[in-house]
Amino acid sequence: MYKIVLASRYLIRRHITYFAVLAVALCVFIVLVVMTVMTGLVRDFKLKNHQFTGDCVVGTETLVGFTYYEDFISILEQTDFVESASAVIRSYALVSPSWTEQGLGLEIMGIDPVRHNQTTAFGETLYYHKGNVSKAFEPAFDPNLMGCVLGIEVGNRLGNALSPQRGARGGYFYSDQLDKTSVSISCVPLNARGAPAKADLGLINTLDFYYSDYSHSGLARVDGSFIYLSIKEAQWLCGMDGPLKRANAIHIRFKPSVSLHTGCQKVASLWRSFKQEKAGQEQSYLLDAVAVQSWKEYRRAYIAAMEKEQTMMTVLFGLVGITTVFIVLVVFYMIISHKSKDVGILKSIGASNTDVITLFLGFAFTVGLIGSTIGVFTGWLFLRKINWIEQWLFEHFGFQLWDRTIYAIGDIPNQVEFNVLVIIILSAIFACLVGAFIPSRQAAGLNPIETLHVGQL
Amino acid sequence: MLQAEEIYKSYKMGATKVTVLKGVNLTVEKGEFVAIIGASGSGKSTFLHILGALDRPDKGIVRFEGRDLNDFSAGEINGFRNKLVGFVFQFYHLLDELSVLENVYLPTMVSKDVVGWLACRKWAKNRAKELLAQLGLSERANHKPYQLSGGERQRVAIGRALMNEPELLLADEPTGNLDSATGNGILDTLEKLNKAGQTIVMVTHNDMIAKRAGRIIKLVDGKITAAF
Repeated sequence: MYKIVLASRYLIRRHITYFAVLAVALCVFIVLVVMTVMTGLVRDFKLKNHQFTGDCVVGTETLVGFTYYEDFISILEQTDFVESASAVIRSYALVSPSWTEQGLGLEIMGIDPVRHNQTTAFGETLYYHKGNVSKAFEPAFDPNLMGCVLGIEVGNRLGNALSPQRGARGGYFYSDQLDKTSVSISCVPLNARGAPAKADLGLINTLDFYYSDYSHSGLARVDGSFIYLSIKEAQWLCGMDGPLKRANAIHIRFKPSVSLHTGCQKVASLWRSFKQEKAGQEQSYLLDAVAVQSWKEYRRAYIAAMEKEQTMMTVLFGLVGITTVFIVLVVFYMIISHKSKDVGILKSIGASNTDVITLFLGFAFTVGLIGSTIGVFTGWLFLRKINWIEQWLFEHFGFQLWDRTIYAIGDIPNQVEFNVLVIIILSAIFACLVGAFIPSRQAAGLNPIETLHVGQL
Repeated sequence: MLQAEEIYKSYKMGATKVTVLKGVNLTVEKGEFVAIIGASGSGKSTFLHILGALDRPDKGIVRFEGRDLNDFSAGEINGFRNKLVGFVFQFYHLLDELSVLENVYLPTMVSKDVVGWLACRKWAKNRAKELLAQLGLSERANHKPYQLSGGERQRVAIGRALMNEPELLLADEPTGNLDSATGNGILDTLEKLNKAGQTIVMVTHNDMIAKRAGRIIKLVDGKITAAF
């Protein structure tokens, strides 16, 4: 009990302790803010990737694609764990706007908008057809024309001045309705062997499309380089139509009760059986290049980079934590050297070495607890107001943490995760205990005779 | 009650080894008031610390009620310092963070865990208040040590030493830092305690102070040269 009493009195009366508390609070504040923002960005990025992809992808990286995809979709739809599945054509195309001779190399994605919306969050990314995704490829000014949905930044890349412009806070300004703008999309159709399908007929397939909508997925690369078309036209452009149609991927959404791991395993198992069943049939060799991946695996090239960034930040702030340990060590060293007489007194009345260690570790625990409480509270307050602060700084000084014209983020993420909070508090307390341990051990080892200055012989 | 046999103790001072105690023998009976006198550097404080298990001899045996202190475990030594002996130092050595009352009941707090302390807290506080009343410090119970005079602080230190009703009170120059009037007050207190049955061993360099004890041991150059 005396350890609690003494530790709390030391805390109040030794002003140097305030520096230790302040150091811990500052460290917790910085780590909390940075980790919350970084974790929020990563979480947001993952969510957008998940929404873009669905839960699972059965696909190939080749531009040739694979056959019998419709048969496999039928099998998937008969299972009790698949909610929906959507075939996707993906290829590269030369996109030429009607107002200029200069074209741009972009990615095309052919989809059935209704199926794709059931599998991914495609419908949510649209502006003009948000509640009516079945008409996503029907331009409002003439539904009979072939429409295409542009990634929100594609229009700007094509030099269309009427494309939605990004505001300073990351939002887009859309016109009330789309103007009648068309683009020519040209692809090199490939046969099932991967050779140009029209070697003798000028090599390329070209179709004209009118803008029917914009898609804002929140993924910078997707929004800046994707054009969505109807699957039928995309197949024709890529040479994947005909009696034996091909697709590049099947995006799958699992039922809510199905875990990602279980769902992917079941799909992989079904795919193995399907492949065996189709063995020997026409173009069945294309099925060999198909892989079953979860959305995380499918988008890992992008997610891994973000996660690496988060890890680097965590390491950097781990170093901040080590600095805190050092500060606490120095402060405790000073406190204990001032309190060596107390150690002698306590030992002279029967306190053990363990008592002395626990006294100072209890003191360090209190410093850590109070410091991290202050840090968490101020960090939470700061995070609550972080977007307001950034807005104010932008309005008054033109300062923005992330230039929204470059980064695909809206508000700065400020949702504090409970587990992150707990980890930070525990780490801060642990850092204090580590910092105080060496001085505490030294104090416990002090000779009471020497500390009481009773060296008179 | 207490026997010291052939106690030797030396310290290293730089490259040289200084032998402070050179075979000291002493027996203290229950209820005695023994004064150890000697010049500065004669080894009297060192001897007192060895008697109270604050220090260990290089050679020799200290027996407390028949048990060799060398055979005590670390836990038993702590228990010995907490319950069986009480120390009074020349410079009082009170904890500035605690009030006078808290300083007095500190040894009881040290001996108990949280639950044990909560169980005996009332008793301990009453006992500490009683001691402060006996020592004339009732009005000072809630003061901090730095708000007291030297004599008052020494009386608080005596109260603390007596808190756990130790069998032996060891006083190291208890009046060394006080003026003679205040010092006499402290000696009166010690005399009164001794008359009530408390065994006391006191170290001093002052013959006049030593005369207040029932028996005087003279320590010269690490050896007992005379007993009165």
